[in-house]
Amino acid sequence: MSTVRFLVNGAPVELDVPGMRRLLDVLREDLGLTGAKEGCGEGECGACTVILDGEVVDSCLVPMCQVEGRIVRTVEGLARRTEDGVVLDELQQAFLEAGGAQCGICTPGMLMAARQYLDAGGGPDEEAIRTAIAGNLCRCTGYTKIVEAIA
Amino acid sequence: MTARPGSSPPSFAAAMTPVVPDALVVTPGTIAPGRARTLAPLRREGPAKLTGEALYTDDLVFPGAWFGATIRSEVAHGRFRDLEKDPEFDWSQVVVVTAADIPGDNIVSLIKADQPVLVPIGGEIQHHAEPLALVAAQDRETLRAAKAGLRAVVDPLPAVFDPLDSDHVFAHYEIASGDLDAGFAAADLVLEGEYRVGHQEQLYIENNAMIAVPRDDGGITVTGSLQCPYYVHAALRRALGLDERQAVVVQAETGGGFGGKEEYPSIIAIHAALLARKAGRPVRMIYDRHEDIAATTKRHPAVVRHRTGVMRDGTLVAQDIEVVMDGGAYCTLTPVVLSRGAIHAGGPYRCPNVRIDARATRTNTPPNGAFRGFGAPQVEFAAETHLNRIADRLGISPLEIRRRNVYRVGDTTPTGQVLRESVAGEEVLERAAEAAEFERVRDRTARGRAERDGAGLVQGGPLATAAARTASGVGLALAWHGAGFTGSGEVKLASVASVQLTGDGRIEILVASTEMGQGTKTIFPQLVAAELGVEFDEVEIPDPDTSIVPDSGPTVASRTAMVVGGLCINAARRLRAAVEERHPGEAFADVYREDAREHGPTRIDQQFEPYPGIEFDDETYRGDAYPAFGWAACVAEVDVDLDTGEVTVRDVVAADDIGSVIHPVLAEGQVEGGTLQAVGYATIEEIKLRDGRYLNDRLATYLIPTSLDAPRITTILVEAPFSGAPHGAKGVGELPMDVGAPAVVAAIHDAVGAWIGELPATPERILAALHRRDAAAEAAS
Repeated sequence: MSTVRFLVNGAPVELDVPGMRRLLDVLREDLGLTGAKEGCGEGECGACTVILDGEVVDSCLVPMCQVEGRIVRTVEGLARRTEDGVVLDELQQAFLEAGGAQCGICTPGMLMAARQYLDAGGGPDEEAIRTAIAGNLCRCTGYTKIVEAIA
Repeated sequence: MTARPGSSPPSFAAAMTPVVPDALVVTPGTIAPGRARTLAPLRREGPAKLTGEALYTDDLVFPGAWFGATIRSEVAHGRFRDLEKDPEFDWSQVVVVTAADIPGDNIVSLIKADQPVLVPIGGEIQHHAEPLALVAAQDRETLRAAKAGLRAVVDPLPAVFDPLDSDHVFAHYEIASGDLDAGFAAADLVLEGEYRVGHQEQLYIENNAMIAVPRDDGGITVTGSLQCPYYVHAALRRALGLDERQAVVVQAETGGGFGGKEEYPSIIAIHAALLARKAGRPVRMIYDRHEDIAATTKRHPAVVRHRTGVMRDGTLVAQDIEVVMDGGAYCTLTPVVLSRGAIHAGGPYRCPNVRIDARATRTNTPPNGAFRGFGAPQVEFAAETHLNRIADRLGISPLEIRRRNVYRVGDTTPTGQVLRESVAGEEVLERAAEAAEFERVRDRTARGRAERDGAGLVQGGPLATAAARTASGVGLALAWHGAGFTGSGEVKLASVASVQLTGDGRIEILVASTEMGQGTKTIFPQLVAAELGVEFDEVEIPDPDTSIVPDSGPTVASRTAMVVGGLCINAARRLRAAVEERHPGEAFADVYREDAREHGPTRIDQQFEPYPGIEFDDETYRGDAYPAFGWAACVAEVDVDLDTGEVTVRDVVAADDIGSVIHPVLAEGQVEGGTLQAVGYATIEEIKLRDGRYLNDRLATYLIPTSLDAPRITTILVEAPFSGAPHGAKGVGELPMDVGAPAVVAAIHDAVGAWIGELPATPERILAALHRRDAAAEAAS
């Protein structure tokens, strides 16, 4: 066990965890943030994608010992919670309108990969968008509407 | 020929869509030429999915739940002698379940009673990864240790892996019409061909998952990822000996199904329930990807042989077709998959003399089952590739040969079904060809081929530029897909859907139809709201739970929008009439809350009634195999790397007639997703077997297309309504899966001049075909 301190969606977290416990398990089981999903457990599907200090990572491959002092963003941090309820961010709204989410299981990871692409200055170029989400498998959409939503 | 939505039933059309004068054409990167689009509501559960709040099975917390696991066979065929337990391990801290713990029948209830829940000690193991025992523990570490302490003692037996070698036949159908010998005698050309397709994994991104919780009444509630709550319900009752109320099945948010969660969840639910019963606490059975690929059902592999007689002008005069499907070790849904395969085997073409012989046999491999298309993609790949070869041999364009043979209104199919209406094969063909500029692109690819041939470029030759080492091609395919269940399936099922006005003035749709991404939870409230004249948000649709919803049948066979959607519309019409009768002169929307206060709840249970004039004889296989057919055409453009054999599918135009478009965004999403699954089937998706075991049972080795592998897809939605459904819809889910693969293979041929007769068209197969082509050319010169 070691004590790990980090930020999740802006909130400070301090946990005693085994250093090799996966970030994905800490998010889902210790913090109750079940947005990130486990699709393969070996970094192939991208369903567990989160943003770690501005880098897109598969949280199933990140041990907690690498998370000390870092900033984690998950899908739960995208929408704003106001007195009137939840307000989707621009990207979530675009997914909703374009039909970028079907079964929804890849969606949290897909959104985080796309969010980081846009935050890093990515534009509407189709090839660049397809490259940015190439690590996130979707079996429902054929990617057409996801690309459309990000653009 | 094709009616427009404007001519579909007025109540739906008036409420939902203004007259749409043309097919909806949506090209990538544009938002909305479709006028109906702005009127379609947003996905009902979309915000929950986008914020991460949607709860899938593995996201659910059940306090005190243990973790369950399955002990599986490591041989393909054998005698299960014993289950040995490591004496060093403390077995009091876990529960172990064997076949002896099953209170009811040791049967996974489906078509035949041949598949055990667990192989009993002394029993026969029929396939690798077959469940032998179950174990549950309070944490994953203890569970791992317990699994390691259990050893199955098995005497191996000789196994059968080739479906052509198997003498155990699950099902056999013969369909015949006309005089085959006379047809072949009259033909100018007779062409034979053999086509093979392998397994395909559904690869929903959410693995199978089920959580069982013991009930106070001695029963079990299971919550899980599934398509068909009442299939699971029936299976639980039979294996656990429960009555109707003691077995409760609840669908959690489901991360994709594609048929892979049609029948398989039943066995997982039983396993979880057996463990929960013995442990006296909730048990979670959450498969990881490795287990999900290794153990669960796949698309049936098939061998299809065609012998076709054709006139010089391309007119088909005789088709002799043999289909053999590999059912795997147990029957599951194989007879129904084979039945659809047999009926679709000739393709969407008129032919007076036909014989179709289809059988499915048993092998010692994991059982195959439902997967989007359900037998049709296999046979239509064969039929379309064969027709393209015939066109090539006759020197006729692939477009022209289809124009000459495609079914039109009044034609008769091999089962004797007269196609009376909603026949849009010609329209989807012309629209796809026109949008893709098929003939113009084909002229261009032919020039490219001629230039390469003239330049004398041979494989691996020097001084070639990268551009010259890439060959481009375009291919076309056409398909039909029977809408809803085959034959008398829907009549026997007699589904019920309910719409109710609750006592507190809410409108609820009660159905067992599941949402797995395709849009059930959006289109049903949309249809009902339109009928009732209320807003979309005023209509609720609770999650399927067998303790509250009627059996509206399984969510399969592209039947949900057509059949259950039709029941919802009819139920809503009756509800509206009942309420408005109590309030003469007033509209339902204005009085329904008041009506509920005055009269209490009103519930309409709408049961399926046979479509008028549709009859099928299951014994003779004659009659109306489907109430209507959907029609699809696909044009694919590919680049083939002549050095590596790698194929890039660049562009696809898909034209699909789905009867009527309820929700354009969702319907296009079905076409785009189905098209990409077909492209994966055509190019990269392949299961390798050794001794009956799947070798590539991980996502690192079983590949599906990424965003970079996916073509640009242009979708054209065509509407030829089916008069038997109140809204005219025929279903969309499976249709695009039938056409993508043959279009890609035709495009590969157009690029390189070699036919690929076995899917997927891997680089190895393409290079081998190029070598054969070159060797044949050399021998000829």
